[in-house]
Order: sequence, then C-alpha cells, then structure tokens
Amino acid sequence: MVKDVMSQINRSATHMRATILANKRVGQYHQIVFGIGDLVKSCRPGNFVAISVGGDSSRMILRRAFAISRVSENASFGGTMELIAAPHGSGSKWLCSQIEGSEVDIVLPLGTAFGIPTSPVNALLVGGGYGSAPLFGLAEVLKARGCKVDMLLGASTSAKIYAPMEGKRSVNSLKIYTEDGTMGELGRVTEPIKVLIEQKAIDVIYSCGPMGMLRAISELTANTDVVHQCAVEEAMACGIGICMTCVLPVKGEDGQISMLRSCIDGPVMDGSQVQWHLVGQVPEVYS
Amino acid sequence: MSDFDFSTTLGNAFFNTPIFTASGCASSGKELAQFFPLKDIGAVVTKSIMNKPRYGRPTPRMAETPSGMLNSIGLQGPGIEAFLANDIPWLVEQNSRIIISIAGETIEEYATLARKVRSVAGISAIEVNISCPNVENRGLVFACDPDASRIVIDGVRKTIGGELPIIAKLSPDVTNLPEIAKGVVEAGADALALINTVLGMVVNLDTMRPHLGGKTGGLSGPAIKPVAVRAIYQVHAAMPEVPILGMGGVSSGRDALEFILAGASGVSVGTASFGNPHAAVDIQSELRDLLIAKGFPSLKSAIGYAHREADL
Repeated sequence: MVKDVMSQINRSATHMRATILANKRVGQYHQIVFGIGDLVKSCRPGNFVAISVGGDSSRMILRRAFAISRVSENASFGGTMELIAAPHGSGSKWLCSQIEGSEVDIVLPLGTAFGIPTSPVNALLVGGGYGSAPLFGLAEVLKARGCKVDMLLGASTSAKIYAPMEGKRSVNSLKIYTEDGTMGELGRVTEPIKVLIEQKAIDVIYSCGPMGMLRAISELTANTDVVHQCAVEEAMACGIGICMTCVLPVKGEDGQISMLRSCIDGPVMDGSQVQWHLVGQVPEVYS
Repeated sequence: MSDFDFSTTLGNAFFNTPIFTASGCASSGKELAQFFPLKDIGAVVTKSIMNKPRYGRPTPRMAETPSGMLNSIGLQGPGIEAFLANDIPWLVEQNSRIIISIAGETIEEYATLARKVRSVAGISAIEVNISCPNVENRGLVFACDPDASRIVIDGVRKTIGGELPIIAKLSPDVTNLPEIAKGVVEAGADALALINTVLGMVVNLDTMRPHLGGKTGGLSGPAIKPVAVRAIYQVHAAMPEVPILGMGGVSSGRDALEFILAGASGVSVGTASFGNPHAAVDIQSELRDLLIAKGFPSLKSAIGYAHREADL
C-alpha cells in the first residue's frame, strides 16, 4: 500500500537547470522553449513545471508554476519543452525577460496528466485565455489515438486568446469566442458546449482555464455521460506537495469530501468530483 | 575531514547530522523522498498532527511577501490514527529519524496525542507545537501564555513518561520569550523549537480585503531569520544547558551556521524546501564545509559560540 502512494507522488520529478532555447512573444504571451533532454519521455499533457524566478538574490522565494504546453524531440536540440507565460506578476515578467541561452532552475514534470482514452472518442478541448496552452500538446496525442478533436477557445478580448498557427493543425476544428466580440464569435465558450452535449456530439471534455469556466463546464456535464477532465489552477507555494496551500474540496468515491492538493492530486481532476461551490470555504464537519 | 563530528543531541535523542525538516514544511516525508533519501538528513519532523481529521483553513492559504511568505493552512491533516497507521511505518521503512509533531485544541488533546505517540516504535522525539498561529481562536496559542504553556507540557510529560524527549515549539510573538521557555523547561520539556512563524497579514489590492481566507497567517522565510537568531540567542543566554532546535528562514549553510553560533543544537529547514526541494541536503553539506573551514572540530563545539566572552 505504501508503495502505491509513493508511485503517485511525482515519481519522475527532476530538479535541474535547463537552458532556454527560444523565447518568442506571441500576442500578450511568451512562448518559451527549454532543453530538457530525456525528461520529455516523462512529460504528459496536463503536467506542469515549477521554475525558480528572479535569480539568486531575489526576494521572490517561491517557484512559479506553468503548464507544459508541449514537448518534442528533434535532432539539433534533443528533448524540448514549451510553455506559455503571461508577463503579469514580477515572477512571470522575470521569466519572460530571460534571453535565449540563459539557464533556469526548474522542477519537472509535476502533477497529474489528462487521461487518454484507449479507443477513439469525440473529444472537445476547451481553453480559457492562455489556459489553451496545454491543450495543443494534448490535441496531438489525442489525434494520434484516432480521436476527433474539436477545440473552443474563449477570453474576454482578442489579445488574450492564445492560438498559435501550428496548434491549429492538430485539431479538426477550432472556434474562438470573445466576450467583447473582438475575435471570433461574441459570447462565451459555454454556450456551444450546451448544444454539443444535447446533440450527444462529444464523449469527453478536456478543459483548462479560469475556475469560473471550469465550474460552468462541470455544471453542464453534470448528469450527462460526458466526462469532464479539467486542469485547475490554484495558488501554490511549492508545487511538490509539501506546503498544503493549493487545496481544493474534492468528493471521493466514498462520498467523503477531502481537501486535495492541486499539485499532486491535480492539476488534472475529474470536474464532477470537485466541489466548486465549496472552493474558498471549509466543509463544516469532517464525518 | 572525515573525523569531523557532525552529530548532535536533543535531550537523550542522538542524531548523526543537525539538519532537520521543519514541521509543516515536509508533509509526512514522502514528497521530499522523491528528491533525496530522507535518512541523509538529521531527522524528519512531521507536520503537526491533531487528534481528529481536520480540513484546515479556507483558500487562499498563501501569499508571497518580500523574502518570505504568509501561510494559513490551519493544521489540515488526517488525524493521529490514520497518520500513525499510514505515514509513520513508511518513514520507519526509510530508516529516517522521526520527530512527530503534535498540536491540540485543548490541554487534554495534547495528553491524548502524547499517549497515542508513546507506544509508537522508531520515534526519536515528540515536538509539542503550542504555537501554531493558524487556529480560529488566537487564545488557543498556548505559547503566548506562560501558564498555559507550562500546563500543556506538564500534561504531555506526565503522559509520556521519562523516555521520549519533548521539544516544545514556541512562538516569537511574545514579550518575554526566555520566561516562557523557562516555564516549559521546568514543566518537563527537554528541548525547545524556536521559532514558529510570525503572525502577519496581507491586504489584497483587488478585493481590498485581507488576502488570506483565514485573514491572518504565519510569516516564514528569510524575512524572519533575524527574529529567529535573536530568539535563539536570548533563550540560549538564559538557559545554555537546554538544547534548541532552531528554525525560521534558513536557506543556506551560512544561515544555519548563524543559528548554531547563536545557540542552536540543530536547525530545521522549512520554507526553503518550497523553493528548493534539495534545500535540506544542500544546507547540510554547506554547513559541514563551513564548520570545517572555520576550524571547528565538531558541530557541538560551535553551538553558542557567539556567546563567548570578548577576545582579549
């Protein structure tokens, strides 16, 4: 039993220094590529990395977590890993300012991965803002398994949509929604999802983005046969399971609600088990 | 170099090396074992465990601050029964030295916990956390009250008998720390853990309300290191014979050496492990190199060295 627990906890996690091979601005975001060698073999869509920011004398003592956008292997660089960063806070600004050739201190791969069906299914990938980042790598894996892959991306405005050209090739269809109508259709991604579920056009939804979007999708899939795998984002201090800050209330098979760490039991969770209405609260009684 | 004696003792407990994890910063050990063998450090101090399972405080539970962080976890945990059944046997299997940290809401709960821990094989010491700032009622911070501190430690000592060393974990948020330290030592504590986090708050400028779900939180990290050094120095000056397990913002071998010179017999690494999973082992080897470079024949010869009389 003890061994089972161990195998769940980031068994491939490695603490290393990785070189930045490319750092390219894409709209409001940065697409950053790292050389990680053979570790690409352990990275799965949904996994994340934790990066030390600010340099040795920084007053920022905590790592920053980023979803792995995708990994690849090529002849000149070996194994590479790409992530998408939004230069919002001081930590992500520092990372986005690192030039090609600089080295960063990184721990990877961390957390759970999206479950990949063994037989071909109709998959819908839903991304909010740069939450779309890990979905492109996932789309490639699903396509390789023969799945039909449709993608919906949404954001408040066009500048917050992350949809690189090369990513579009890995999906059967891509539709964009913005709340101000500056790109794609006016509205939210949740509208078409409702229709697709009613038409029984999808078997599984993979989502990544703000908590409100994940919750809305979970409400749409409740009491349907559609499986909802979501990648959550909760503030974390360590990323490796020791600080207990990134917890979410999740109902287990036995009906018991537990505060699970989104770094170890997530980031990919079963949307139907997350107790969205209790996020930011504490369940009253431990039964 | 190989004859350098790096060992230390806390009460009658012996440790090969003086760097430990800090309670609440290593969960129960499995997560860090992914990065280094737990037996390579002095001991694993487990997350403070309570009698019953506990959800802890609501999120957000964390805020990064300049050279530090605030946390308000609120002692989330599985409860002592599940903890002793699931986590301790695994740690024993790792050949790790183990210090179990306990926390109670009442004086009786501490005694109950002590009774349950007493019978467990493979434990080096028990840390009695009477200073967690993340409880609903700040009145529960026993370590802010000299009488309450004494009564808790007395209760644990009477329950546990004379064998297992008791380490009392104290808060720096008091006016007269040496007085509280003396009280718990008189009540039966063999050693002192200094310091728990410092109570703090961050106001979120978007919501314009306290950022943490629990409103207040415990400040940790390099920001509190000088507070810890001061606490260790003051208490060591008052009771040089009482061993101190020092903690509070240690993130390098140099920091650990400061603690040792101020009077600590061992040093726990907490928040530094969040930023660097290898922090404990890195700090341990840095400390060893530094002690040797300074010409100390052993760790013990450096403990409290900052208190020596002025050079003539």
